[in-house]
Amino acid sequence: MSAPQRLSVENLSIEFGGVHAVEDVSFDVEPGETFAIIGPNGAGKSTIFNLISRLYQPTSGSIHYGEQDLLRLPAHKVVYTGIGRTFQNIELFEQATVLQNLLVGRHAHMRRNPFSDFLFWPGVRKSEIEHRAKVEDIIDLLEIAQYRDERIADLPYGARKNVELARALCAEPSLLLLDEPASGLNNEETDDISFYLEDVKHDLGITLVMVEHDMNLVGQVADRVMAINDGRLLAIGSPDEVRENPDVQRAYLGVTE
Amino acid sequence: MQFLFKTAYNDDIRFLAKTGEKVRVAIVVLFLLAAPLFLQDYYLAELGLLLVYAIAGVGLMLLTGHTGQVSFGHAGFLGIGAYAHSVLLAHGLPFIVSIFASAALAGLVGMALGRSASKMHGFYLAIATLAFGILIETLFGEWSSVTGGHMGLAVPSLQVFGMSLTEVWQQYYVDLFFALIVIAGAANLFRSPTGRSFVAVRDSELSARCLGVNVEWVKIQAFGISAAITGLAGALLAHHLTYLAPDVFGVLESLKLLLMIVVGGLGTILGAILGAIVISLLPVGISFLKGVLPAGIGQTAGLEPLLFGLIIVLVIIFEPAGLYGRWMKIRFFFETFPYYRKSSFVRQKTYLKTDRMR
Repeated sequence: MSAPQRLSVENLSIEFGGVHAVEDVSFDVEPGETFAIIGPNGAGKSTIFNLISRLYQPTSGSIHYGEQDLLRLPAHKVVYTGIGRTFQNIELFEQATVLQNLLVGRHAHMRRNPFSDFLFWPGVRKSEIEHRAKVEDIIDLLEIAQYRDERIADLPYGARKNVELARALCAEPSLLLLDEPASGLNNEETDDISFYLEDVKHDLGITLVMVEHDMNLVGQVADRVMAINDGRLLAIGSPDEVRENPDVQRAYLGVTE
Repeated sequence: MQFLFKTAYNDDIRFLAKTGEKVRVAIVVLFLLAAPLFLQDYYLAELGLLLVYAIAGVGLMLLTGHTGQVSFGHAGFLGIGAYAHSVLLAHGLPFIVSIFASAALAGLVGMALGRSASKMHGFYLAIATLAFGILIETLFGEWSSVTGGHMGLAVPSLQVFGMSLTEVWQQYYVDLFFALIVIAGAANLFRSPTGRSFVAVRDSELSARCLGVNVEWVKIQAFGISAAITGLAGALLAHHLTYLAPDVFGVLESLKLLLMIVVGGLGTILGAILGAIVISLLPVGISFLKGVLPAGIGQTAGLEPLLFGLIIVLVIIFEPAGLYGRWMKIRFFFETFPYYRKSSFVRQKTYLKTDRMR
C-alpha cells in the first residue's frame, strides 16, 4: 500500500446548467487525519466526492493527491492513486456474492488477460489465491465472515454498509471517501461503524474523508470538520469550533439575529 | 442438507464442490461421449445441433446475461462465423486454422460493434444491435461475389487433419469437443478477474468504475469474446446446414438466440445449455402436437411462432429466473426437505440505487 498523501482541493467549482453546486471551495486533508464534511441537504457534499473521484468534470479549480493532478485522470484510474470510496445509496454488485464483490475490490491490483482467464492457467489460480488471502484479512477486520457466501440481494441493509466499506478497503486505499457511512443505520450499528472506522484508521493508517449527518459520529471520529452550505464553504476547524460557528448554526437552524 | 466444510481457498475456486453436482455432470458427460453407441443418426445429428446452439447460447449469455448488454443482432455473428469458415475452407485452408480465423473475425467485428455500443444503454443498445443484425444479413445477400448472395453458398465437407469426417458420429464428436471447451472456458472466465469485471459492469457501472474497472473496455471485451464464441458456433453450424443462405441469419434467428437464454435463465452458463435443449426439443414437440390436434388447428400456418411466443410469455410471468431458477428451487426443495417454503426464493427488497450517473 502506498503511503497516505495530502489531498489538496483548490478553488473547486462546478455548475449544472445555471446551478452552482459547488462554488470556490478549497481545503486540504493531511495524511492520516479524519476529515468530515457536513452541511444541510443539497449543500454539495456528495458533489465534492464525485468531483474527487472524477465522476464529474469541474468547471474550474484543481484537485491534487500528493504530486498527482487528479484532473488529468479518467475516473477508473483514480483508485490507482490510492483513493477509494463508498456510496451514499450503496452501489454493490447485487447478484454477486459478498466474496465476489470483495474480489472486484481487488481489481486494481490484479493482472487480467481474457485468454489466460479463459484457459485458467496455473498463474491465474495462484493470483486468485493470493488476492483471496488479502480479502480474508479485510473480512476478519470488519467481522463479516458469516456473510461471505451470501448474495448481496439477500443481505440486510446494515450488513450491506459493512460490505461496501470492506470492498473499498480491498482496493488498499491510502485515502478513503466515505459518503454517509451511518445513514440508515440504527444507534447500535452506528456505534459499530465508528468502532470499525477507528480500527481502519489505526490498523491500516488510512486517511478518512467522510460526508456525515450524524454529529455524534462526527464528534467521535473526526479530527477536523468542514461545513458547507449552498456549495460554499462556511467553516473549517475542530468539531467544537465548527459547531459553535454562527454561520453554521444559521445554515442548520435558520437562526436570525 | 449438506454442509460444505472448506479447508482451502481452492475449495471456492473448484467448479463442482458438492458430490451430487460431480455425479450429475459426470453422468451428462458420459452420456454425451457414449451417445453415438445407442442413438440413431437422425437423433445424433439433432444432438450435435443442440451442442452448437449451446455454444452460441453461451456466447450470447456472456454478453447479455453476465455483462448486461442486450444484443438483438447475434445471428449476425453466427453468420459471420459460418460464411467466413465456408469461404476460408473453399480457399483450401485447413479446418483448424479456418475455424479459429472465423471466430477471430467475428470477435473483431464484435469488438468494433462493442466500441460504438459501449456508451449506449438499454433501449438504444437494443436498437443499435438490431440494426447491426439487419445490416449483416443484407451484406450476406448483396456481397454475392464472396457469399454467393441469395443463391446461397455450399459448405465444403468436414475434413480435420486430412481425415474426411463425413459420418454423423464424427461430426458429432467435433461439435462435442468445441462445446466442452467453450463451456469450460466460459466457466473459467467467471472464476477469474475478467468475468468478475463483466458482472461488476452489469450490476453497477458506477462503483465498477470507482474500483478501477475500465467500463468501456470491459464492454468491448465482452462483445469481442461473445462474438468470437458465437462465430465459432456459426462455423460448426455451417457443417450442419451444408448450404448457407442469408435469411438463415436474420432477425428471427437473433430472437431465437435471445429467447433461448431467457428461457434458460439469464446470468448462468447452465441456463444457456438448458435453453439450447428447449430450442432443440420445441420443433419435435410442435410436430407431435400437429399430429394430435384436429387438422383445423394443427395445420394452421403460424402455429410454431405462436407456441414459441406463448412459452416465452409464460416463462417471463411465472419464472423470470428461467429453467435454471426452477432447477434451483427443485434442488433446494430436496436438499432442505421438509423446510422448503413458498417464500424461500421471494426476492428481498432492493434498496434505492443511484440512477443519476451511469
